[in-house]
Amino acid sequence: MNNLRGVYIVWYRDLLRFWRDRARLISSFIMPFLFLVIFGTGIASSVMGRAGDGDFDYIQFMYPGIIGMVVLFTSIMTGVSVVWDREFGFLKEVLVAPISRTSVAIGKALGGATIATIQGIFMLVFIPFAHVSMTVGEAFLLIALMFVFSLSLTSMGLFIASRIKSMEAFQVVVQMVLFPLFFLSPAMFPTQFLPAWLGTAVKFNPVSYGIDSLRQVVLGSQESAMFGIELFGYRMPIVLDIAVVALFGIIMGTLAIRSFRVQE
Amino acid sequence: MREIIEVEHLVKKFGDLIAVDDVSFKVVEGEIFGFLGPNGAGKTTTINILCTLMRPTAGRASLNGFDVVRQQNEVRRSLGLVFQDPSLDIKLSALQNLEFHAGVYNIPRSVSRERIEEVLKMLDLWDRRKDVVQHFSGGMRRRLEIGRGLLHYPKVLFLDEPTLGLDPQTRFHIWNYIIELRKRENITIFLTTHYMDEATVADRIAIIDHGKIIALDTPDALKRMVGGDIVTLKAENAEAAVEEIRHHYNIEAQRGSEGIFFEVQNGEEFIPTLVNNFKSGLYSISVRRPTLDDVFMKLTGREIREEEGGAAVMKKQWAMRQARGGGTRFH
Ligand SMILES: Nc1ncnc2c1ncn2[C@@H]1O[C@H](COP(=O)(O)OP(=O)(O)OP(=O)(O)O)[C@@H](O)[C@H]1O
Ligand SMILES: [Mg+2]
Repeated sequence: MNNLRGVYIVWYRDLLRFWRDRARLISSFIMPFLFLVIFGTGIASSVMGRAGDGDFDYIQFMYPGIIGMVVLFTSIMTGVSVVWDREFGFLKEVLVAPISRTSVAIGKALGGATIATIQGIFMLVFIPFAHVSMTVGEAFLLIALMFVFSLSLTSMGLFIASRIKSMEAFQVVVQMVLFPLFFLSPAMFPTQFLPAWLGTAVKFNPVSYGIDSLRQVVLGSQESAMFGIELFGYRMPIVLDIAVVALFGIIMGTLAIRSFRVQE
Repeated sequence: MREIIEVEHLVKKFGDLIAVDDVSFKVVEGEIFGFLGPNGAGKTTTINILCTLMRPTAGRASLNGFDVVRQQNEVRRSLGLVFQDPSLDIKLSALQNLEFHAGVYNIPRSVSRERIEEVLKMLDLWDRRKDVVQHFSGGMRRRLEIGRGLLHYPKVLFLDEPTLGLDPQTRFHIWNYIIELRKRENITIFLTTHYMDEATVADRIAIIDHGKIIALDTPDALKRMVGGDIVTLKAENAEAAVEEIRHHYNIEAQRGSEGIFFEVQNGEEFIPTLVNNFKSGLYSISVRRPTLDDVFMKLTGREIREEEGGAAVMKKQWAMRQARGGGTRFH
């Protein structure tokens, strides 16, 4: 009971902060908008758009990738918020409180995942731009996937943040982790034409499976088949994609909880 | 009389540095216990261990009967803390900060609402309760932190330099409230401070230096260690004056930040004799009862703040607090 309450309060505070931060709310629209409309149109009207066989629509392709990008980047912000809390001293208030460290970590992960999912949901307003259509059922499935995906990623962010004490160092690590995770995934380009060594890296990247699952829902598994990830000659079905993401999340979550419990 | 804090042979090392060096003491329930010592003496480190934020290198400590290493949850439930460094969520309002605290300490809604109002009114922050802490002045933030530490009526309240940067009136006001609350709720208070007058509210004081407790007693008993009164004087030629005092009265005077000073019995009667016979030029002379500063001086040969220069450093420390916690540096 005590632990549940702890989880709830830590989660609630993160949401309060998110709600108060109007600048962040607004900026969460701008980046994806720029990507979809300007970057997307730019690419679509150049080499890549023409290289396809005529019905390859780049903007449609990248739209689930943009949702994935928003979820990925927002989730990492959870790690940033822990480092901030440490820097501003608020973390001490949390750590001496009579709630377990485990519930602090879980509350943080859930809070970050909720925020990332909300931001992902905002992306649904771009559906008309992206030339896609979804049933209500598909939309709910998409939201559920975003949540699982972001929970894995916030766990990773927490794990990094529990190890790295300064904002500067955290930023360096984030650059070294976040951008490879993003670019070595099928978010912005189909990966089946990549040279073998890059293609292998994509397969080792858990983010790839998250993005692939989002794309299978948005485009339909038939339509997205050609962009999918192949392991041992088989195309990953959505269920296995989710399993990979969830497994990654469980490992990261366990590591995060363990290192949250370590004392100085 | 129950012992609510028991510390035995506590050691904390950071690499080669021994921050807490074989410290043992006991605090009785309901007592105000003071920790007095210069910067870096190990006061905050000891508190961090007692409140489960750090693990001791050796030795043991218990709080409210619970071991601080093995029974952390029980220990945390028993304590309240006002940290030396800022620890508010500056993006939330004063009210939200207190509500978070009430939440994690499991204070029922009906009780917390009343208590938050009481505390905010006492701290003169009621009108500003909905403002974001980011827009608070340093003193307002400090008041809010003190209020938060008290909110759940802890068994043991740790106050680490609680009133640093507050004006005398506010300090007085807050202390009255704390002392009243202590009586009503039988709260034990563990205090560290640089203000000597604040230290004297303590029932007992431990003087700590370089991680070791060098004296532990009531403020009066500690002051009695000094022996007599303290005479302070400023002379034209300090060296000559010291020499003259040694020669005539067989007293070893010392030179400190206030001028030349020495201990003597019955200071009031001594002064006229001294002044009448003094050969060197004399600018000023005064006599006072010993303070805890003098006790520290007596025990270590150093002034408690000589390495820092007193008030100036307090201002500097305060400015550092501000810079760290008041940051609009990050968005
Ligand atoms: N996390 C840490 N890592 C390394 N050294 C530390 C750490 N915390 C404290 N120290 C060192 O331990 C010693 C004691 O520090 P502590 O903060 O306990 O002093 P203090 O008595 O509270 O001083 P002040 O009056 O300045 O608050 C100092 O030399 C300090 O540099
Ligand atoms: Mg300290």
